[in-house]
Amino acid sequence: MTAVAAPAEILATDDLSAYYGEHKAVGDVSIQFRRKAVTALIGPSGCGKTTLLRCLNRIHEVLFDARVTGRVLLDGHDIYATDMDPMRVRRRIGMVFQRPNPFPTLSILDNVLACGRHGLTREQKLQVAERALRAAALWDEVKDKLKTSPLRLSGGQQQRLCIARAIAAEPEVLLMDEPTASLDPIATAVIEELMCSLAKEFTIVAVTHNMQQAARVSDVTAFMLADETRIGRLIEVDDTSKLFTKPRDPRTEDYITGRFG
Amino acid sequence: MENAQPGGAPQFRRVARFVSPTDRGFAAIVYAGSALFALLILGLFIELLLGSWPSIAKFGPAFIWHSAWNPIANQFGALPMIYGTVVTSLIAIILAAFIGILAAVYLADFAPRWLAAPLSFLIELLAAVPSVVYGLWGLFVLAPFVRTSIGPALQSVLGWTPLFSGPIYGVGLLTGGLILALMIVPTVTAISRDVVAAIPRDLREASMALGSTKWETAMRVVLPAARVGVFGACVLALGRALGETIAVTMVIGNRPEISASLFAPSYTLASVIANEFTEATTDIYISALIQLGLILFFVSVVVNALARVMIWSVRGSERTL
Repeated sequence: MTAVAAPAEILATDDLSAYYGEHKAVGDVSIQFRRKAVTALIGPSGCGKTTLLRCLNRIHEVLFDARVTGRVLLDGHDIYATDMDPMRVRRRIGMVFQRPNPFPTLSILDNVLACGRHGLTREQKLQVAERALRAAALWDEVKDKLKTSPLRLSGGQQQRLCIARAIAAEPEVLLMDEPTASLDPIATAVIEELMCSLAKEFTIVAVTHNMQQAARVSDVTAFMLADETRIGRLIEVDDTSKLFTKPRDPRTEDYITGRFG
Repeated sequence: MENAQPGGAPQFRRVARFVSPTDRGFAAIVYAGSALFALLILGLFIELLLGSWPSIAKFGPAFIWHSAWNPIANQFGALPMIYGTVVTSLIAIILAAFIGILAAVYLADFAPRWLAAPLSFLIELLAAVPSVVYGLWGLFVLAPFVRTSIGPALQSVLGWTPLFSGPIYGVGLLTGGLILALMIVPTVTAISRDVVAAIPRDLREASMALGSTKWETAMRVVLPAARVGVFGACVLALGRALGETIAVTMVIGNRPEISASLFAPSYTLASVIANEFTEATTDIYISALIQLGLILFFVSVVVNALARVMIWSVRGSERTL
């Protein structure tokens, strides 16, 4: 695989490995993420898909004893280069987490504006917030209670608030770590629909446990599996329709037909 | 009793719950334990009230705002001690909260692991040092240092305010407040650190993922989320400062006077009781000292009650902001 980001690819990894102390959790992954498409990372628990995702915005390294080798190229520039500011990287690559995590002491409005859009007038800030909340399909539900606590929202609403918070920073890439894992089926359907509509504007990389979800929302699917030494490896990546119908690797076929994991 | 009769309101069948004898015995012990606490507080209050009754009857409410304390002339007023207690405790809690909260954030979020564990242990150790040791150190090290260094430095900058004017004795309100701050800073730090460390990692990562620095994350997300617990830590520490006796007695100068300057000697409720109880010869003198204890008791109750109310209002306002 070539590591140079072709115009169709906004984000790519090159021989990326991630460690927790001495343990290598992700091994030598080279993968490219297509611009304005949804890429799903699937695989059984412990295959390193979340760790891989967390390397893409350099949030992996904030954990104690966590380490990364290899490169991650955003528009051709290595985000792990020594002159790269991780804060700036994270502003360009947003993230939504497994469990909704709005800031409990900030109002709904301040949550959306938490990315620190300084130098805007009050009016402009409201516009930014409204645009983000509309894009996250939450505006109509919260427009009358922007000053209230986010903790009174339902789980699905909180997760959409977190999506609004992430996209208010106007990132180029949106990482989603099992964004529906803690939600009920109805809220899950709303988020899935949202992922499809957000893909028109953002590049989305989403980790999911749920193969049906990957099939429903993603354009490209990557399958990961831990090898016998518990190192997460990228097994296969292809258009979602191809991967689920004609997998090239027997291990992928075993997984998607439910033979393990 | 059977289930609902036709047409009647549905009735729930009462099931006789089996309660094991050991459970019943245990429940009795627990109830007795909690009743004991209530009784203790009530008994303490009654005892204080009875002991101070001669003084209350003689001086009336004016005892609280009278500023003369002259046992020889049978003049007893509590105001200088109330003033000294409040001022030293305020100095202590302002300094201790500032330092302790920052230290807690450092220990929980910034310090490398090999440093955080021994540092935390040291801080907890500080909390266990007997207060008389603090008092000795305060008398022989801190008070001279205030007289020769801290005091003159403060005076050269802020000497134009009444707070920092006048002669610097070394012993006085400021030294009392400093020694108290030192004594309660471990409490603030240790409890705040636990509270801050208990804030979920999720929240920190959410903030970091938006491009915030660790410092911004700590100040804008972690500390606000921990505010109720941190506030509780400060109140607990304030309670200790209000009642602390021996260390303050050794460095405050023991003079029942009110002066605007923080360099002036003063007295606290606790230290006057400790100092003068053995030499109180007349009944009214003893009774006045007990009434000081009653006032201290009240001040502590009021501070804790205020803290409770503030915690409740913070929790309540979270619903609407």
